[in-house]
Amino acid sequence: MQAYFYALADALGALLHGEEIYTCTFHAEESDFVRFNRTAVRQPGTVLQRSLSLDLIQGRRHAAGDVALSGDLTLDRERLARLVVELREKLPYLPEDPYLLYATEVHNSEHHGVNRLPEKEAVLTAILAAGHGRDLVGIYAAGGIYAGFANSLGQRNWFSSYSFNFDWSFYYQGDKAVKSAYAGFVWEPDAFRRKVETAAEQLEVLRRPPRTIAPGQYRVYLAPAALHDMLDILAWGGFGLKDHRTKQTTLIKMVEEGVRLHPAVTILENTRDGVAPNFQAAGFLKPEHVTLIDAGVFHECLVSPRSAQEYGVPTNGASNREAPESVEMAAGTLARQTVLAQLDTGVYINNVWYLNYSDRSACRMTGMTRFATLWVENGAIQAPLNVMRFDESIYRMLGEHLLELTAERELILDASTYHCRSTSSSRLPGALVADFTFTL
Amino acid sequence: MFERLEERFHQVAPAADWCSLRCVHERSEYLAVRQNVLQPVSTSEDSGAMLTVFASGGMGYAATSDLTLSGLRRAAEQAHAWAQQSAGRSVVDFSKMPLASPRGEYASVEQIPWRSVSLADKIDLLQTECARLKIDDRIVDWDASLWYTEIDTLYLTTDGGHVRQRFHYIVPMLSATANAGAETQVRTFGGRGYCRQGGLEVLDHLGFRTAAPRIATEALQLLTAPNCPAGVMDLLLAPDQMILQIHESIGHPLELDRILGDERNYAGTSFVTPDMFGTYPYGSELLNITFDPTRSEEFASYGFDDEGQPAHREHLIKNGILLRALGGLTSQVRADLPGVANARASSWNRPPIDRMANLNLEPGTSSLEEMIAAVERGVYMQTNCSWSIDDSRNKFQFGCEWGQLIEDGTLTTVVKKPNYRGISATFWRNLKKVGNVETFTVMGTPNCGKGEPNQVIRVGHASPACLFADVEVFGGE
Repeated sequence: MQAYFYALADALGALLHGEEIYTCTFHAEESDFVRFNRTAVRQPGTVLQRSLSLDLIQGRRHAAGDVALSGDLTLDRERLARLVVELREKLPYLPEDPYLLYATEVHNSEHHGVNRLPEKEAVLTAILAAGHGRDLVGIYAAGGIYAGFANSLGQRNWFSSYSFNFDWSFYYQGDKAVKSAYAGFVWEPDAFRRKVETAAEQLEVLRRPPRTIAPGQYRVYLAPAALHDMLDILAWGGFGLKDHRTKQTTLIKMVEEGVRLHPAVTILENTRDGVAPNFQAAGFLKPEHVTLIDAGVFHECLVSPRSAQEYGVPTNGASNREAPESVEMAAGTLARQTVLAQLDTGVYINNVWYLNYSDRSACRMTGMTRFATLWVENGAIQAPLNVMRFDESIYRMLGEHLLELTAERELILDASTYHCRSTSSSRLPGALVADFTFTL
Repeated sequence: MFERLEERFHQVAPAADWCSLRCVHERSEYLAVRQNVLQPVSTSEDSGAMLTVFASGGMGYAATSDLTLSGLRRAAEQAHAWAQQSAGRSVVDFSKMPLASPRGEYASVEQIPWRSVSLADKIDLLQTECARLKIDDRIVDWDASLWYTEIDTLYLTTDGGHVRQRFHYIVPMLSATANAGAETQVRTFGGRGYCRQGGLEVLDHLGFRTAAPRIATEALQLLTAPNCPAGVMDLLLAPDQMILQIHESIGHPLELDRILGDERNYAGTSFVTPDMFGTYPYGSELLNITFDPTRSEEFASYGFDDEGQPAHREHLIKNGILLRALGGLTSQVRADLPGVANARASSWNRPPIDRMANLNLEPGTSSLEEMIAAVERGVYMQTNCSWSIDDSRNKFQFGCEWGQLIEDGTLTTVVKKPNYRGISATFWRNLKKVGNVETFTVMGTPNCGKGEPNQVIRVGHASPACLFADVEVFGGE
């Protein structure tokens, strides 16, 4: 696949006229998707997709186009030739772009994954066996992911990865379920078995009569998966330079009024330890770390090349979305085995669901508890909790109401498959929080 | 594009119970002007095909962007292998699927084709509308954009099915952001709710060329407005909020694949159960919900769904009573319930699942003035900006860009950050007035997410303004 992409990149170079230059990114994946419901197969299939995004640049004028590729070099060279002509014909009608910025220093890089994925029949059999006698629902996604960058200045970057992500739930009844995931690069039957056993043990708790609590403020433990969803919303407008300069950041009180989070809160974009490519669409390499929040204080924005040019600051290799892809939150000191004891009486929240801002300038977000959310009394799990709506500000839950973060962290590989399989990840602790507000 | 596909399909289709090919060719163009600067002009061209095979009672698919004979042959072999592997282990015996051989065509009505207006003229239009948003120094960000997409699809089956459909979509957008200190307010052109099938004539139908000054003025008004008050009161919702209310608390819970449990690991389940159809009082007698793929201007109109079923208008809820689910052929067989032609895929690389298409709340008899006059104390909310609902589609909370108090039958103070929350199962029973056709607006959303693997799809919603009693309303901090 790498040779094919580099051949296309060379072909693009040969299509240029005069002072034209190009930048391009490549994406391909060959993925198996097997969907399960009630421990049976719902939809199994394979998707092979390849596409290239091209920016044709002449001076400060440029036009961009995406095109699907067949994998046949002859056909794809013809497609790219048509695309170049189409973009070239647009250039005279476009004004100069004052915020165009692309990498002019050549930094080549290569990351080659090793394909150690299991045979699909073996996985299918293992999953159906794990669900035997239980109500299993979820999706197995696996295969190769390929990404590349090239420009006419000679830069070449390549990334390949072969991973699987089995994202599943065991259901007891109604909406009472345990959510789990097994993701990685090598399928280890014993590791999968332990995941299944743990989920099955948690499922037993859900057989107890559920508890309903009244709206109000409660002491809660947010497991790493729950915290992940909250940081995912925070990433939507929280950290990008454009959002900061246009006052749309949901962390506006941190930058305008000096509001601080708890000193234990440090959040990084940690590309070095993530699983995403280390290059972006304009050819800039990402630094190993960008510190977003340092000991409770807003530290640095994610800066795309376009924002860098617009606001006159250096880029740090962010994508146009200016959202983190490899989030890391510093660990705390709370030992995980003491979480129930420290929670004492309150709500153990394994998962949350469907978050959105209810007051952006207050960084207040609403959402629901989901899956195994448990009522705890005197350090012991009492019952599953019927779903509750929360509406709470980050400034409180990771600020004045944050009690402790766990010393252990979890690596969460994003199971998202919109348009393509995600390479985002996060490494997060759990959080013990006081006076967390439930509203419905 | 499709000239040789039919021949290739019949060359590669495996000797199986049944096989289909669904090819999608999509072109789109996105033009945006932000702060009076043209943003990078981008086009996108995507094409590929999905082959689906039923064999020995199993089902499998393979999708590929390689439409050569060898590429399609490889996909057919993969789909067949998956069908064999899933045989006897599937949620349904696919050999018992009552398949038809659909034949037909559908085409969007496009009065002013996108390409009939030059790129320069479209950029000029956006430059003009963008500039009209910058009316004050407190407007700190502003933009205008057009997103145009054309899709050509071909659906073939080994038993003679042949469906060709051509779609044209346009999504215009305006946005103004106002700021003072740590307070920021955004006002938009109906969120992304003003999306239609058609060509550039849609811009005039929606008032795109006259909206900018109002949007910017309202963003500034919100900056100095008080917070929406908290309390239980009447709530009057404009169509650009109603579409989200319908979408989240009627559309998703009626999806039959959710009721069957397919979505429980991701998008969720439903509080609706199969025994409710035919008897369950979903809302007041004023509530009439239709699945209507026949409105030519609406975003998700079509002639056939992606399982090849012909699409017809159906009442899902009539006079408040739940009648019919949003379920395509496969779900109808699995649940033994009537449904609609709504098995849809986001593109060639995802399999069809039960989706909303056009889901509309039919107009009633009340004028907007009559509804306002009927309120002693309440809030009028416009334009969704926040949405959240539980995995059973019951406990919801929505936020809007714009609120205005209604006091003693009159619109009074503008309020910021208007939010409300409720429970689907009871909220619709408090529907006490439904707006007439004068308030009825055809809208939609390009971004409905669901499914494993994930899919984002276009859906249409049309609704009048509606008045609800006894809703928990609140504001910001």
